[in-house]
Amino acid sequence: MDKAAIIGIGMTKIEARRDDWTFADMAFEATRKALDDAGLTINDIDNVITTSNDFWDGRTISCMAVGDASGASDKNVSCVEGDGTFGAFYGLARTLSGSYGTTLVTGHSKGSQSVSSLITNAAFDPIYERTLGLDMISACALQANAYMHRTGVTAEQCAAVSVKNHGNAMKNPMQQLGMKITEKDVLKSEMISDPLRKLDCSPVSDGCCAIIIANESRAGKSKKKPVWIKGASMCADAYFLGDRDLSRAKSLTAAAKKAFSMAGIINPEKEIDVAEVYDAFGYQELMWLEAMGLCGDGEAAKLLGEGHLDIGGTMPVNPSGGLMAGHPVIAAGLYRIAEVVKQIRGEAGKYQVKKADIGLAQGVNGLCGQSHCVWILGKDR
Amino acid sequence: MAKRVAIVGTGQTFHKSHRPDVNGQELIHEAVTRALTDAQLSINDIDAIVIGNMDHFEGINYVDCWSVDGSGGTMKPIIKITTGGTTGCTIAIGGYHLVASGAFDKVLVIGWEKNSESDTSGAITTAFDPVWDRLVFAGAISGLAAEAQAYMARYGASDRDGARVSVRDRKHAMNNPHAQLRKEVSLEEVLASPMLADPIHLLDVCPRTDGACAVIMASEDSAEKITKKPDWIWGTGNRHSYAYLGDADYGRLTSMERTAKEIFKKAGIKEPRKEINVIELYQPYSFAGIIWIEDMGIVPHGKGAEYIWSGATDMGGELPINPSGGVISCNPIGATGLVRCAEAAMQVMGKAEGRQVPDVNFAVSTGFGGCWWTDMILHGAKKPN
Amino acid sequence: MAEKENIVIDSGEGGQPFDYAVGMHGSKFFTELRDHKKLLGTRCPKCQKVYIPPRGVCGPCFEEMTEFVEVKPTGVIGTYTILRFAFIDPETGQQKPVPYGYGFIKLDGADTLFQHYINIEDESKIKVGARVEAVFAEKRKGSIRDIEYFRVID
Repeated sequence: MDKAAIIGIGMTKIEARRDDWTFADMAFEATRKALDDAGLTINDIDNVITTSNDFWDGRTISCMAVGDASGASDKNVSCVEGDGTFGAFYGLARTLSGSYGTTLVTGHSKGSQSVSSLITNAAFDPIYERTLGLDMISACALQANAYMHRTGVTAEQCAAVSVKNHGNAMKNPMQQLGMKITEKDVLKSEMISDPLRKLDCSPVSDGCCAIIIANESRAGKSKKKPVWIKGASMCADAYFLGDRDLSRAKSLTAAAKKAFSMAGIINPEKEIDVAEVYDAFGYQELMWLEAMGLCGDGEAAKLLGEGHLDIGGTMPVNPSGGLMAGHPVIAAGLYRIAEVVKQIRGEAGKYQVKKADIGLAQGVNGLCGQSHCVWILGKDR
Repeated sequence: MAKRVAIVGTGQTFHKSHRPDVNGQELIHEAVTRALTDAQLSINDIDAIVIGNMDHFEGINYVDCWSVDGSGGTMKPIIKITTGGTTGCTIAIGGYHLVASGAFDKVLVIGWEKNSESDTSGAITTAFDPVWDRLVFAGAISGLAAEAQAYMARYGASDRDGARVSVRDRKHAMNNPHAQLRKEVSLEEVLASPMLADPIHLLDVCPRTDGACAVIMASEDSAEKITKKPDWIWGTGNRHSYAYLGDADYGRLTSMERTAKEIFKKAGIKEPRKEINVIELYQPYSFAGIIWIEDMGIVPHGKGAEYIWSGATDMGGELPINPSGGVISCNPIGATGLVRCAEAAMQVMGKAEGRQVPDVNFAVSTGFGGCWWTDMILHGAKKPN
Repeated sequence: MAEKENIVIDSGEGGQPFDYAVGMHGSKFFTELRDHKKLLGTRCPKCQKVYIPPRGVCGPCFEEMTEFVEVKPTGVIGTYTILRFAFIDPETGQQKPVPYGYGFIKLDGADTLFQHYINIEDESKIKVGARVEAVFAEKRKGSIRDIEYFRVID
């Protein structure tokens, strides 16, 4: 694939509930911000990809709500249903296919408008699983137990993820839940589905994020220094939870391997300076880091405990506060990409990490991390 | 370097109103197997999958993840593109861009729908804005009827003109073993059928169908090694705007006009009526067959009915439309747009069996849906420059 | 030996409830409708087009719209149809009562069409271009149903 870069980012502040906003209002705000960030107008955008989910929006053809507000009037526009990282992948392909030079990618969700357990229950197979009443939280609880059983990681160690990320979020004005908590607070919080307690889980929020991708010939048009896309890859595992080894993330390992290879990264542990990963639940941050090879198998908890994953550590993870502090489903992966862009540009203010030449963003689609998309972004072309 | 892309194989199920003998996964698998067989490839040759359907018809969330057993997607990159009725076309366009960008060499595109599993009109109605549009709206038919009324008021057509289109497509379907409805209808039968929403009669609209379709796209690096006559993709367009139903210009499909102009200009096609050899038009009801060929630039505004009555769009005519029988004969919604693409590909590749149009150089397939959206693909026998 | 049987499972009566935020523009529209029987649109500062329902962005210009303008409750039928077939209404789970008239009204002062019911007591009067007026509900709650329907005025 040819070279492409991210030349603009825009995001709405992640909130629990915004009744004064429709999807279109959120999309307009994020799109406007991304254009202003790049110093471009809507006429500089060749095509648009929106990302949304029909179930979460309560609307078949959910993309219908945001076309005009995303600047798509009289432009070519399509829609991906899946996490924002997947929408961005399609946007990247469209930027490099010879038809368009710039692509605006948006992703939105208003978790406040639906009952999330009903929405995620709908992801279960209607014939064999749905009436058992599983939802995302109970399914991930199954995975958490499997992971903890295999690796020996404890609930207290997983709780440390929540502590770190909520603490990081206090420095990020775009986050919903910045707060200072301890592992004890997490372990005392209400048990939702063993072993996941309330503070082990991300919230379900409202938010919209937009990024602008440009091919090499257009990347220089932005007023900001382009952040180069060094690698991007996706992979989906088997569907039925019982068909997989839930304690491992095979498809993530495959996706990460391909992304690293595209980026010419041989030793990810040493070469990745900062990572924004999909921490829908505390245990997931640990599991995903290990699956991607950013640390040894079963080692993430130890690194976390020793402070290596902190903002000031050797490999900061989720300096933005991650999903724990604000989780607009679907948009989530785009926020991860945008946060890595901020780090590489040196624009992350109070949560800026010291060295950010190469960053990693990861997004998840489906139950218990069935499908993953990994992005490697870099300062240098 | 961007790559040129061709369709190298297609597969479809034998579409029926009900397929209680298979679940969704199995339905998908049928189409996938046929496409792989057509291209003489195995699932291991496939680098990525694009899949689409309209979620609320089957009531399953995250279908890209759910369908891996049927699609062959386990441990492969998978993306779901869903844009309502245009889905079948936009997934093909998605496959095209994924290959053209160099990200993947061979992409399997799958469209499917098991419409029998839900109330179709009810599900379609949820596409529309819940605050403003959903109260009055009645599935696809109400909006389409309103379009027909506006066109009739402007240009003086009647439901008789629409009926001639139904007669054509139902006759064409007799040549297509995959089509659901394989029984001819006469002009009188169409006009006598119950009025659903003035001026649309029952026999003017598409049925509800269970079906799946799969198309394999390959880059120029492998296309010619896979098949002697690949179907080259010359251009794609997706126009999906408008916020509310009342924003549209009723009686004209503006999105079709703009998409067609863009694609034909890029390909250097100046007289589509002469240069396009066959069209697979996503035509959810008969009247659209008159209005939208004007918007596509085949004939001037107001001349559509005359062109249809002349027989020009029948098999053997100057520009056959819907040799497959089109959407009126078969409509598994998430697949329908892809069936149009597959049928156009089959025409270019010379694989259209009993419905082959001779000497196809350019073919057009379109998608329609949502808020008056149009997607279009230009297919060609020659490699684009 | 068991006969081959195709099993079908039904989803039951489960629903998925949603709280749809109307947003600031819609909220203003419905408040005016409920309290004053007035209809509001928004005007694009660039192309001057008046949009109803009101919204934040003019699509073609990609401009933010902050100016609300009053639109009359009278207008002409832009296009219409009469629904005669019954289907399940996803909002109620019940079959929708038919026949009913459905139209897009060009309200005086607006540039886009407004969707609503048309009274079909006298079907012969329903034509593209016929003049209509809104009939407001006695008890209004701040929803699209605060207008009951539009009727043709001679």
